[in-house]
Amino acid sequence: MDTDTAILARGLRKDYRGGRVALDGVDLRVGAGTVHGLLGPNGAGKTTMVRVLATLLSFDSGRAWVAGADVVARPWVVRERIGFVGQYAAVDEVLSARRNLEMFGRLYHLGRRRSRSRAQELLERFDLVGAADRPVRTFSGGMRRRLDLAAGLVLDPRVLFLDEPTTGLDPRSRGQVWSMVRGLVAGGTTVLLTTQYLEEADRLADRISVMDTGRVIAQGTPGELKERVGGGRVEVVVGRTEELGVVAQVLERMAGAPPSVDVDALCVRAPLAGGGGALTKVVRALDEAGLDVEDIALRKPTLDEVFLALTGQEGDGSGDVGGRGSW
Amino acid sequence: MVSGGEWALGAVGGARSWSRRLGWVVADSAVVARRYLAHLVRKPDELVGTLMIPVLAVLLFGFVFGEAMGAAMGLGGDGYRDFLMPGLFALTMAFGIGNTTIAVVSDVGRGVVDRFRTLPMAPSALLVGRSMADVVAALVDLVVLVGMGLLIGWRWHLGVGAALAALGLLLLLRVAFTWVGIWLGLMVRSPESAMKFFSLVFPLAMVAETFVPAEMVPVWVAPVAEWNPLSATVLACRELFGNTAVAGQGWVAQNAVLMALVWPLVLLAVFVPLSVVRYRRLSR
Repeated sequence: MDTDTAILARGLRKDYRGGRVALDGVDLRVGAGTVHGLLGPNGAGKTTMVRVLATLLSFDSGRAWVAGADVVARPWVVRERIGFVGQYAAVDEVLSARRNLEMFGRLYHLGRRRSRSRAQELLERFDLVGAADRPVRTFSGGMRRRLDLAAGLVLDPRVLFLDEPTTGLDPRSRGQVWSMVRGLVAGGTTVLLTTQYLEEADRLADRISVMDTGRVIAQGTPGELKERVGGGRVEVVVGRTEELGVVAQVLERMAGAPPSVDVDALCVRAPLAGGGGALTKVVRALDEAGLDVEDIALRKPTLDEVFLALTGQEGDGSGDVGGRGSW
Repeated sequence: MVSGGEWALGAVGGARSWSRRLGWVVADSAVVARRYLAHLVRKPDELVGTLMIPVLAVLLFGFVFGEAMGAAMGLGGDGYRDFLMPGLFALTMAFGIGNTTIAVVSDVGRGVVDRFRTLPMAPSALLVGRSMADVVAALVDLVVLVGMGLLIGWRWHLGVGAALAALGLLLLLRVAFTWVGIWLGLMVRSPESAMKFFSLVFPLAMVAETFVPAEMVPVWVAPVAEWNPLSATVLACRELFGNTAVAGQGWVAQNAVLMALVWPLVLLAVFVPLSVVRYRRLSR
């Protein structure tokens, strides 16, 4: 494993009891100092993957190296070099934020004085100084998440695992977590994060692996994946039924593919590549045709559509979550 | 790609001597124990909860039923209370299992254990630390109960040394029960299912030498009462405190102090390895 590679997995396979395949031969390479996103619906194997790499879970075959050490042969070396932030805030509810961070410092063998100063540094960095001495059970979800993240950074890990770091957070807290992750990566940390949100993967990740039923079904930069999925589609809503036909003609000319007409909704939909520029052209063409449309919108692909494009089959229904995101 | 390509720092982590490992187990356990003790200070309801039953039992069995129980055993009320206290000490040690199990199962459920397991700490330290904290909590329990006993006229009669030996046996029993509780906490999925086990612990803590001698329970439960780990400790404590005892004929009654050492050690020999193995394999 070379020093440019922070995480390397070869043919990871994990079967759960009852024969369910959690990981079905996953390969993964994450470059040092980059953010890699694991994207997929519930049950895709994202969390299993992260837990295997963080030495929490055994696997049945394959090999994996994290921060230069084999996760099976030398898990304690891996643990000295990683931070892990799971789906549920793993901090002590009764202790204060400060006591939590000091305790984790001691367990990382930083020593009493260094643990104390590190706790103070992290409290300042994560904007928790004001609440530092309050029991964690009085914290809001966002504060708890920040503390949780801080606890994963006590040792300045080379590799940080984030399992759905913003699930259940309000937009403001989500933005805070994102900017913290960006700050870490700027400092040289490698981040592997799982997410159900397309937007999150797009905003944070240098590369994305799309997972489904224990396999990586697509891998690449967000830009590359967007191309594979195709652009969005345009939706035009008109006021009267008789206008639908004309709109459909215009859209077919622009999109190069037959549009679908929804008579009940007075709506015509067509695939459209090229983003805002293409939309402008559509608006202009509709105007030239003398049409006064009620509404026109460019729809981004939803997670379901991504899966449809990548696998040729529907997602498992959790795709509506990802639909909030946009590419 | 092979281990030779690992970064230089890796070699340091690999060269872990046994003495250094043991040092980390002790140091890490102490950190964890401090965490649980901080819980005790900040949320004293756990301590109060454990003490409620024995304190109520002192009042209920000592005074409400005391005269009748004493009369049945030919002891009188004061004699029965003298007989009763060592039983309640041991009962309190047994009820501590509940707190241990619930603390462990909620840590597992909340993902706190996941974090501990990704730290470069000694793998057994979380469990050892918990049992250390439990011993401290048990000491507090015993101080309160001994104080309560002294208030109602209970005394030790054979000197401070024998009394401390009896308290030592009680703490040893508590340590053993702690590991039973830890194991249960790692096996069950939720505090709710843990509660179901305690409905079993409750009669087991009663069918012992706690409230009445094994000789006085029906013949078919007498062996359970006699061979109950609790009984050996109760009998040994009565012996060491010089409290009223009902001369038992059984083998355990004749060798109570020995069995009060053997039973906890057997429980530890079984449940410490079971718990450590279970902890390492959590969620596999």
